[in-house]
Amino acid sequence: MALQIIFIFVAAVTLGGALMTVTSRNLVHSALWLILSLFGVAVLYVLLNASFLAVAQVVIYIGAIAILIIFGVMMTRRLVIDPSRQINNTWWLAALLSLVFFGGLSWMLSTWDGFWSEAPIMAVNIDPLKQLGKALVAPDLYVLPFELASVLLLAALIGSIIIAYEKR
Amino acid sequence: MAFLHDPITFIANWLQTLLAGWGLSSGLISVILTFFGVLVAALMLLVLDFSLVWVERKTVARLQDRIGPNRIGPFGIFQPVPDVLKLLIKEDITPEGADKIVYNLAPIFGLGAVLLLWAVIPFGYKILGTDINVGVLYIVAVGALGTLGIIMAGWASNNKYGLLGAFRMVAQMVSFEVPMVISLLIPVILARTMGINGIIEAQGGMWFVIVSPIAALILLISAQAELGRAPFDLAEAESEIVAGFHIEYTGIKFGMFYAGELLHALTFGAIISALFLGGWRGPGAETFPFLGVVYLFIKAFILYFVIMWLKYSLPRLRIDQMLNFNWKFLTPLALILLILTAILSKILENAGITLGSSPLLFSGLFLMMNLILVGITVLLLRAYGPKHPKVIAEPRPVAVTPETPATDIS
Repeated sequence: MALQIIFIFVAAVTLGGALMTVTSRNLVHSALWLILSLFGVAVLYVLLNASFLAVAQVVIYIGAIAILIIFGVMMTRRLVIDPSRQINNTWWLAALLSLVFFGGLSWMLSTWDGFWSEAPIMAVNIDPLKQLGKALVAPDLYVLPFELASVLLLAALIGSIIIAYEKR
Repeated sequence: MAFLHDPITFIANWLQTLLAGWGLSSGLISVILTFFGVLVAALMLLVLDFSLVWVERKTVARLQDRIGPNRIGPFGIFQPVPDVLKLLIKEDITPEGADKIVYNLAPIFGLGAVLLLWAVIPFGYKILGTDINVGVLYIVAVGALGTLGIIMAGWASNNKYGLLGAFRMVAQMVSFEVPMVISLLIPVILARTMGINGIIEAQGGMWFVIVSPIAALILLISAQAELGRAPFDLAEAESEIVAGFHIEYTGIKFGMFYAGELLHALTFGAIISALFLGGWRGPGAETFPFLGVVYLFIKAFILYFVIMWLKYSLPRLRIDQMLNFNWKFLTPLALILLILTAILSKILENAGITLGSSPLLFSGLFLMMNLILVGITVLLLRAYGPKHPKVIAEPRPVAVTPETPATDIS
């Protein structure tokens, strides 16, 4: 019961933050609301007992990405406040499409049999962090996606160095 | 005696029976107890923070060959009281064009991010806030919130110098986070756990500062940079950008940044001592947990002194020197150390030598590996490192020695 109240509160904050991100006129405020929304997602991970995901969410999204976004916005200070209209004439089409999309996703989720059942209580002596780490490098589990992601990130890193490199 | 052996459980049990006697439900009692525990811990830290004002002022005075605060109380020990009173009664100025909400939120982030760090640092045997299994990563995550507070302060105060200071500070914190995270991983590899209490328990045989001194040193240096203290204090270089990101803050809002900075230094001392110096470990700390608290704070204050000592002895670096030092020296060194530590610990594990079974042999081998790495680094630096500082111009004497005055009048 208490968990449900916390969940509803956190979900409302997350959604409210997301809404303010797209409606706020000030770009830096948008970025700050985005941070609130991402933080709400991290709290949802905590409620799901996924401590590693929660902390990684804060480190990666708030610690790195959101700060990069704020940096980018501040570098373009002239454009921080956008005075133009925020909606155009086809707003009803967008609203309809998103409603249909939301309905479709909810219907699909409700057909999944895990949707209505209660979450199983995790065994006390299992360390989910260790299992996650082992699963990431086990050959029959996720080692290939894991390595692919690392190669992609390495390529992005080298690419950014090449772009920024000045010939002397 | 039960109180001395396990004080937190004792107090919790006592309060629980007391509250249950008043007819409260068990769920409400656990909420009240948690809230009470958090309140007590946070208040204790803030009171400690209060006294740090005196510690810092007295130490800097001694390092600069002054006496320091000496009027109020013995050795000026009550100096924080007028200091804080002054901050409280100062005019609270909000600059024109400032973003009021963000401007007022920023100091809360600045101090709150520091207080949050203490949630995972164990004070003593069985005296700890929470023992989450991702404690080390939590420290990094909370550090990100502190960075956010600084950037909010710099932007919201509508001041060019403030914004520039925030940019510098965030560039520095994001850069130095890389070697810091890598050096935080080394105790994780050695202890095979990310929980801070687990890391402290793994140091029963040998402190990790002996097993991996380079990692401890890298962590200390990057902590200095994360704190924005000299030689990395160019975020508040007075001669260039006046005061950096907190330029517009007055009164108690500035006080919160100041308190956050002081407590942050002590907190890093506590983190380094938990990860590398055995935390609360010491003779008799397991039978009498309060001794553990004393040991932890002794170690933390020694490291805090080292941090202050560095701050007040070294001149400020330029931003290119700071970034070169981080990216071309500290980060590669930390990465190589991480790879070597991982390989060596796996080899030793397969050979049946662990920290638990034969601590002396284990730490001796690791120490040797670290010393060899230091030797190679020194050789490489001698061969390829910067030989001389770049000379831009000949030094110009500002003051010319006066000619010897004529003593005899002829």
